[in-house]
Amino acid sequence: MIGEIGQFSLIVALAFALVGATLPHVGAHRGNIRLMALADRAVLAQFLMAVTAFAALTYAFVTSDFSVVNVAANSHSLKPMLYKISGVWGNHEGSLLFWVLILTLFGALVSWRGKNLPLRFRSRVLAVQSLLVVGFLSFILFTSNPFLRLDPAPLDGSGLNPLLQDPGLAFHPPMLYLGYVGLSIAFSFAVAALLEGEVTPLWARWVRPWALLAWTFLTGGIALGSWWAYYELGWGGWWFWDPVENASFMPWLAATALLHSAIVVEKRDALKSWTILLAIVAFSFSLLGTFLVRSGVITSVHAFATDPARGIFILGFLGLVIGGSMALYAWRAPKLVPGGLFGIVSRESGLVLNNIFLSTFAAVVLVGTLYPLFVEAAGAGQITVGPPFFEFAAMILMSPLIVALGFGPLLSWKRGKLSRAAQIAFPALVVALVAATVLVWKTSGGYVMTAFGFGLALWLLASVLLEIAGRIKLWQAPARALSRLTKSSRAQWGMSLAHGGLGIMLLGITISEAFTSEQLLVMAPGDTATVAGYDFKFDGVAPVAGPNYSAVRGFFEVSENGETMTTLMPEDRVYTNPVMNTTEAAIYPLLPGDLYAVVGEAAGAGRWSVRLYFKPLISGIWLGAIMMMIGGILSLSDRRLRIGMPAGKRAVVSVKQPLQSEGAV
Amino acid sequence: MQRFVPLIVVAVLVMLFLGMMLSDRNPNEIDSVLIGRPAPEFSLPSLAEGAAPLTTADLKTGEPVLVNFFASWCVPCRAEHENLMILAGKYRVPVIGIAYKNEADKARGFLTELGNPFSKTGLDLDGRVGIDWGVSGVPETFLIDGEGVIRYRHWGPIVGSSLEERLLPQLEALQ
Repeated sequence: MIGEIGQFSLIVALAFALVGATLPHVGAHRGNIRLMALADRAVLAQFLMAVTAFAALTYAFVTSDFSVVNVAANSHSLKPMLYKISGVWGNHEGSLLFWVLILTLFGALVSWRGKNLPLRFRSRVLAVQSLLVVGFLSFILFTSNPFLRLDPAPLDGSGLNPLLQDPGLAFHPPMLYLGYVGLSIAFSFAVAALLEGEVTPLWARWVRPWALLAWTFLTGGIALGSWWAYYELGWGGWWFWDPVENASFMPWLAATALLHSAIVVEKRDALKSWTILLAIVAFSFSLLGTFLVRSGVITSVHAFATDPARGIFILGFLGLVIGGSMALYAWRAPKLVPGGLFGIVSRESGLVLNNIFLSTFAAVVLVGTLYPLFVEAAGAGQITVGPPFFEFAAMILMSPLIVALGFGPLLSWKRGKLSRAAQIAFPALVVALVAATVLVWKTSGGYVMTAFGFGLALWLLASVLLEIAGRIKLWQAPARALSRLTKSSRAQWGMSLAHGGLGIMLLGITISEAFTSEQLLVMAPGDTATVAGYDFKFDGVAPVAGPNYSAVRGFFEVSENGETMTTLMPEDRVYTNPVMNTTEAAIYPLLPGDLYAVVGEAAGAGRWSVRLYFKPLISGIWLGAIMMMIGGILSLSDRRLRIGMPAGKRAVVSVKQPLQSEGAV
Repeated sequence: MQRFVPLIVVAVLVMLFLGMMLSDRNPNEIDSVLIGRPAPEFSLPSLAEGAAPLTTADLKTGEPVLVNFFASWCVPCRAEHENLMILAGKYRVPVIGIAYKNEADKARGFLTELGNPFSKTGLDLDGRVGIDWGVSGVPETFLIDGEGVIRYRHWGPIVGSSLEERLLPQLEALQ
């Protein structure tokens, strides 16, 4: 019964979406206010129906209703409650329903928060959003019904993939989806602007908070996924340039570029058609990712069970949405004439430079990800494009970006002086050079690339601090510096935090890649191994029983100079439904780095194969990501105050007289 | 013209994906690099007690043979077993079975239960021979010509239409 309610809600939602996707356009075309106003009600109704359907599926999972195929295939009565719930989006059908839920949620949010948008424009935006809902709902209803019944119902379910039974992974997909789907708003704003044939600075101001929100979730989702890979897969790696990882990285790069180019639109009324294109591309990358994991075109740990019919459907939808919006772009782009001008040396140019590097990198990742497909399609055999390619590209393209990132925020708007910025940034250069030299010297000439990365990270961190110092006039008027510091806007703090987060992340990547100590050993109880000065004493293993798995747990007493610090307890688990082996690495984060232990197979005579690592500064990767997220949230909380301003005169005035605080994302 | 570039890129990508999906391919299947090369050298104890060990020489009999990697713990192996019986019985192809990462008594039990299509058997307990052959999982079946050269690799179980449409044509081409 509950299942049928869910399915019925989806059908009703589709009807509302069809209405919402068509009539408001008619209204906008004819100037009919009532038809336009329909958009708001349509998105709200879609949202309520999607909530109902999602609640129905969640109920089926929570109560282990195995008469629903989806529950029987992906859940099990013995599973802990958290994973019963996360099982809702841990499968193809449920995750699509989750997409629709968020898609309609964002539509409803735009309707709610966007009361100051002109009705005509808002109805266009919501109609485009409704069209996306139509596509995804049809996909669900015609190819992937989550409420399909099974008769007779099995006694128990076949269980969720054990790799997905993990707190990190319970929240990785929802975060990522919030990011992917959040970009749909930027897309809808862009398409609406193209339909209206006009992009104003006000447009950029409206779209930026949404892009920033999506970017923040996307950052969190990607970081959570890489953290999960780090402790669950048990090889100490955290990023593998897997096609689907790349598929999440490309929208992130595009969204990052969008955030920065939208600033130029807002400040200088320039770069308009480029920004529109980025908004479309960012969401297109999200769709591409969804397509890649569901079509069976590529192989990846992330791939869902595939079905050709689904692949064809989603490809058709993809072609329609992306192709349609790109055609619209090709038609309308000539109308988007840039307004303001800016000098070659200016903050705006810095942002353009940022966009060039980020979008080039996104393009390179796209080519690298799809290149094997092109080669195979050309009949030239099978190849893979591996980490060396992507790492080389990252190094070549991101290094100049980070150098420029140090300078950018120090330049003035419109017409800056490089000499002045260079003067401010000089100490950062010194810090970077000293750091790099010290590293080369300490490692007796080796690690040139590591020294380079280390230098870049410190350059970035130092220039972020110098920018703050310059902003509060720490050197010129130190007496009032503190009060200036507290008066800095949240957007400015957001920028500093996000940029600093990138520096911390780079530091973590560079140092952990170069200086990880690793030992692969066969140990008997009582043996001690020394890794990077830490003594790991193996105290044997013990069997452990979990709710739906049994495990072997190893014990490692770690000490430094005879002082016991902790006991690491890695596990090797065997899940029962379905039968599968997983590794749970034991990690103990310390200030200088992570202690990391994995227990593997029994090697006979009470001995076990183990892997022990010391990974210096690796937490910096996730610390950096958290800083970026906090930066995003801070900036959002600032922007909300300004976005909440009444429409009309004041909003327009503030466009012409930008606040001092607009330096940030 | 510039403004048409994104549209063209999208069109090209859609065509590529469509082509990929309409073609009969499995992204998990990796072409074997061993095609056209002599089978890797090996020597394995036989599953039958007291029988001579299985070696590379057993592949060079002057007529095509099939080498099938199987295991009692592998469900798809059960599914394709009937077709191996047909190949050995109806088509009179010598099939050599290599038990991959399988204990001898369990592998023997598997053959007792389902019937033994194999003219000779070998036991690859630690999977070393499987690594040399580039086996990515069981079952996998290799077609060897009379001179001991690998001519075709069948990835995954021989079930459904794959016996008649994929394996047999390869076999007939050799005979």
